[in-house]
Amino acid sequence: MENQLLSIITFLPLVAALILALFMRGDDAAARQGAKWLALFTTSATFVISLFVLFRFDPSNTGFQFVEERQWILGLSYKMGVDGISILFVMLTTFLMPLTIGACWGVETRVKEYMIAFLVLETLMLGVFMALDLVLFYLFFEAGLIPMFLIIGIWGGKDRIYAAFKFFLYTFLGSVLMLVAMIAMYLEAGTTDIVKLLAHDFGHETFSLLGFQVVGGLQTMLFLAFFASFAVKMPMWPVHTWLPDAHVQAPTAGSVVLAAILLKMGGYGFLRFSIPMFPVGSDVMAPLVLWLSAIAIVYTSLVALAQTDMKKLIAYSSVAHMGYVTMGIFAANQQGVDGAIFQMISHGFISGALFLCVGVIYDRMHTREIDAYGGLVNRMPAYALVFMFFTLANVGLPGTSGFVGEFLTLMGIFQVNTWVAAVAATGVILSAAYALWLYRRVVFGDLIKEALKSITDMDRREKAIFAPLIAMTLILGVYPSLVTDIIGPSVSALVTDYHAALPADGAELAMH
Amino acid sequence: MATIILFAPLIGAILCGFGWRLIGERAGQVITTALVFLAAALSWWIFLTFDGTTQQIVLMRWIESGTMGSEWAIRLDRLTAIMLVVVNSVSALVHLYSFGYMAHDDNWREGEHYKARFFAYLSFFTFSMLMLVTSDNLVQMFFGWEGVGVASYLLIGFYYRKASANAAAMKAFIVNRVGDFGFALGIFALFYLTDSIRFDDVFAAAPALAETNLTFLWGEWNAANLVGVLLFIGAMGKSAQLFLHTWLPDAMEGPTPVSALIHAATMVTAGVFLVCRMSPLYEYAPQALAFITVLGACTAFVAATIGLVQNDIKRVIAYSTMSQLGYMFVAAGVGVYPVAMFHLFTHAFFKAMLFLGAGSVIHATHHEQDMRNYGGLRKQIPLTFWAMLIGTLAITGVGIPLTHYGFAGFLSKDAVIESAWVGSGFAFWLLVVAACFTSFYSWRLMFMTFFGESRAHGAGHGHGHDAHGHDAHGHDDHGHHEPHESPMVMLIPLGVLALGAVFSGMIWYNVFFGEETAVRDWFGMEAVAHGEAHGADHGAVAAVNTEGETVTAEAAPAEGHAAEGHATGVAPKGALLMLPFTPEEQAVVDTRLDAEKAAKAEHAPTTIINAAHLVPTWVKVAPFIAMLIGFAVAWLFYIKDPSLPRRLAQQQRPLYLFLLNKWYFDELYDVIFVRPARWLGGFLWKRGDGAVIDGSINGVALGIIPMLTRLAGRAQSGYLFHYAFAMVLGIVLLVTWMTLFGGAK
Repeated sequence: MENQLLSIITFLPLVAALILALFMRGDDAAARQGAKWLALFTTSATFVISLFVLFRFDPSNTGFQFVEERQWILGLSYKMGVDGISILFVMLTTFLMPLTIGACWGVETRVKEYMIAFLVLETLMLGVFMALDLVLFYLFFEAGLIPMFLIIGIWGGKDRIYAAFKFFLYTFLGSVLMLVAMIAMYLEAGTTDIVKLLAHDFGHETFSLLGFQVVGGLQTMLFLAFFASFAVKMPMWPVHTWLPDAHVQAPTAGSVVLAAILLKMGGYGFLRFSIPMFPVGSDVMAPLVLWLSAIAIVYTSLVALAQTDMKKLIAYSSVAHMGYVTMGIFAANQQGVDGAIFQMISHGFISGALFLCVGVIYDRMHTREIDAYGGLVNRMPAYALVFMFFTLANVGLPGTSGFVGEFLTLMGIFQVNTWVAAVAATGVILSAAYALWLYRRVVFGDLIKEALKSITDMDRREKAIFAPLIAMTLILGVYPSLVTDIIGPSVSALVTDYHAALPADGAELAMH
Repeated sequence: MATIILFAPLIGAILCGFGWRLIGERAGQVITTALVFLAAALSWWIFLTFDGTTQQIVLMRWIESGTMGSEWAIRLDRLTAIMLVVVNSVSALVHLYSFGYMAHDDNWREGEHYKARFFAYLSFFTFSMLMLVTSDNLVQMFFGWEGVGVASYLLIGFYYRKASANAAAMKAFIVNRVGDFGFALGIFALFYLTDSIRFDDVFAAAPALAETNLTFLWGEWNAANLVGVLLFIGAMGKSAQLFLHTWLPDAMEGPTPVSALIHAATMVTAGVFLVCRMSPLYEYAPQALAFITVLGACTAFVAATIGLVQNDIKRVIAYSTMSQLGYMFVAAGVGVYPVAMFHLFTHAFFKAMLFLGAGSVIHATHHEQDMRNYGGLRKQIPLTFWAMLIGTLAITGVGIPLTHYGFAGFLSKDAVIESAWVGSGFAFWLLVVAACFTSFYSWRLMFMTFFGESRAHGAGHGHGHDAHGHDAHGHDDHGHHEPHESPMVMLIPLGVLALGAVFSGMIWYNVFFGEETAVRDWFGMEAVAHGEAHGADHGAVAAVNTEGETVTAEAAPAEGHAAEGHATGVAPKGALLMLPFTPEEQAVVDTRLDAEKAAKAEHAPTTIINAAHLVPTWVKVAPFIAMLIGFAVAWLFYIKDPSLPRRLAQQQRPLYLFLLNKWYFDELYDVIFVRPARWLGGFLWKRGDGAVIDGSINGVALGIIPMLTRLAGRAQSGYLFHYAFAMVLGIVLLVTWMTLFGGAK
């Protein structure tokens, strides 16, 4: 069992999905309840099993652990493993999935299919974070689009088809380039084993292409191809516009998974592929990425200020927060990368919770228009408290996990480029503006609107979903070492290798 | 014990905030108040028995990343001890006062519970403030810094149904965030330069920073000065200094006890505390200090001018607070940190008292805040009147000139002004004029409120606040238009603070601004060998010279490095660092002092404290005279000839409007920041995201939008599965192709 733990975690949800698909018949109330309970049970069990991995994980070992490898179809190999960089994404996924299932308890249409979609999605997401083979990774990475595409397209809002296709096209087009790059990597290194690829030294001699001097050579080309895919997934400015649409149309649980986990695949990809495999390419392109990140933070924060739809506002806020992540990663120092991973984990809790907050009142009023609300505190004190907590966490209040990531990434970038740091740091002002303004319009004030006069506060189920999120946000805010102890050694190795791989003149580029 | 002080308010806040449904609202109030009183008692015990040696208590690990380490820790030194007393004493009294003030409040409907929430917020604020003042590193300080910001936000917006309160709360938080932006950059710069954010490491590296250059944004800067200015931007936000001050007057939307605690005595002084805490750095950042001096002096002056014409009693006191904070910054800016702390200390007592007194007046007049509707209240609320009178005597600085007998403000404010003369003539004159204005608006407040005829009824102002404030009297129906004295729970805090306003200056004068040795002992600073230092060769490089003078046996290693650019160092002992003048400074200072006194002086004027004692007599008397002038004019305007102010306002209408509208800062910021930001947000969204990005990516590059629209029109969920299937198929094909392609190789 021990050496198959990762596979068990990954495929347990898929097995449950198969059971649902094959053996669950009928669409009466009992069947719907059964499907929900099975999904909840499976995701919870997955979380419990993943805890074993976490407890047995040795942070001081910067290599891959729990590695499984076997031959697979067509001469491909199936290889899984986790290291300090990926393990927490696995944990984030298994932790959030039961809560997500809990959040779709109110859904009554095509319940069985809905549960199947989420269970399959969990398998695919977990696979992304564990796969140690290029082809396997690509499979999980791309296939993950499908359940999400369906969740938006079937259970989404009014314009769900448009949003689903936009989501699909953006992410899929990036992926095609990534596939080409993967083929090139295979041709160059002769293997699809990620562990071997990490050790492979990809060429970085400058060559000329169509009259352009490509500094960093092959590495830069590969970097750009991967970048096309990961930047869309993050999403980075200016390829972020699919996200607000997707969020607005997605059902609450879909938004939670999208914001909390799917967006992290881009960041994870940068850390798994771009930085360690193409250090020179990363170094060449880092200034561009840093500026795109800084622009993203300011630009999307300003746009968030102008939103009239709650979900869109939070979606734009997500893009801004992902800006800190890419900025931290490409600062390529310990604080930056630590901060980026921390920010991704923390954003998983906070943005997930914020979308749940929207979901709570959407379920009651069936509108996301900010203007339709106002004065909710008068009838929903518990909701007001929870929403305030996550609003402040989103703003990066010290003592919540939101602060640690922002602070470390900014600290990391300051050592590399003070301009980017200063521009990005204005995000702390703007985020306070849009977040508090949203809160004020929705929650504060007198309750005048007739429709809201009978709105009810959160029920037990809703409180139970928020409780673990509040706990994690606080615990990681007060004792972030829980995360940094686990990721620290791996990040340290990553950063050290990265700088060691840069040629002397390349190091100069990194400075400014 | 420090740990108990720190966490008692947090426990209170949690018990009261979350547990009041179980234990009852009243019990929640009692618990929070009792715990803060406990903290206050322990604080006084520490304060009075503290021996000056810095102690550090590590509680838990916090943010760690590579070489960046920070802990939850308590740093206990004289600065902390002072702040503990200030914070906990005022907080305890405000908790007590709130029992009366918040007993009935017609912002709430019958049966609504708000008291437990209020007390929980107050205690949470106290906890955050304690975290700020006890921190041993910059990140924990930032935690407290933002924590008090949130508490302030929650309390300003406490009446959440009022749009104005919500707006003020947001404004306070966001403007403070602008300051925090600078503060954060300062922290990052310090980490970049010193590889640590712990105070001891930073202080040890300070001399080296003075000789380091840092590339920041467009230029090369002296590291110490740059960091000093960045940190000070944080202080400007929190302490409402000019340009980042606009939130403070609006913050008066909060309940009055909040104004007393947060926006007068404690939170707004955090900036002053920050500068004093970082004194070992600022001592090596002369330009940053000069900037602080100028900005502090300008703030003191500008705020005082606005205070002259305001009519809302709380706003007058708010501008007065802002002005007094300017005084404190001037003191810190000229390097006499103990005096900055002295004024912070005394100001906490008399300003909290003025606010609580104003609260008592407001309470008495059924939530009337416009002074034009007061008048003649002296007889109706005599105890409040006496308290306010003491506060006014304290803030205007009444005492016996050239002695050390007087109200608290007399001693501390005059100490600031005398020091300012030594450090900066510009600041001195602005402060003296501000002192005159302070006296004028303070007495104007007194005269308009307590003297003359009552203007309450003549104004025909609707007193629809009948339900409010009758707890002490029962719900008697008669006489609710008559002002009534506040209950004892509100008067007792006034009495205690009055003691502080009268005596705190005289009692602690010597340790804050007395003989230099006394001050150094009290703050645990190392003694400076004056004779040798002053007589030493002035030809030496300034930095080396100053370094040499502060060297003690313990710090000896630093001396060796002095000439080589201070590669390493040892943090100075004690809560503050005060270096003697450099030769250049000394030359300037000598010309400003009274030569006769200097010749006879026991201690040569080589440090700012010693020099400040030797200023010419006219400098020492100047603030007193300014105070008398202010009083006389106020008397003339509001007692002798009450029609005079109106005539003057009409005569000087543009000036009057300029002041009444607070120098138009709000309007200006609205035009240059708020509106453009909102416009830009909308523009980027519609034009940027919509037209350019979606337009080009979807439309131009792919020609996909029309196709999408068609699909969207037609597609049924059934189709979706086909598409999904096609996607799977696509992936499989791609992978297969890749495998075969790879296999062929």
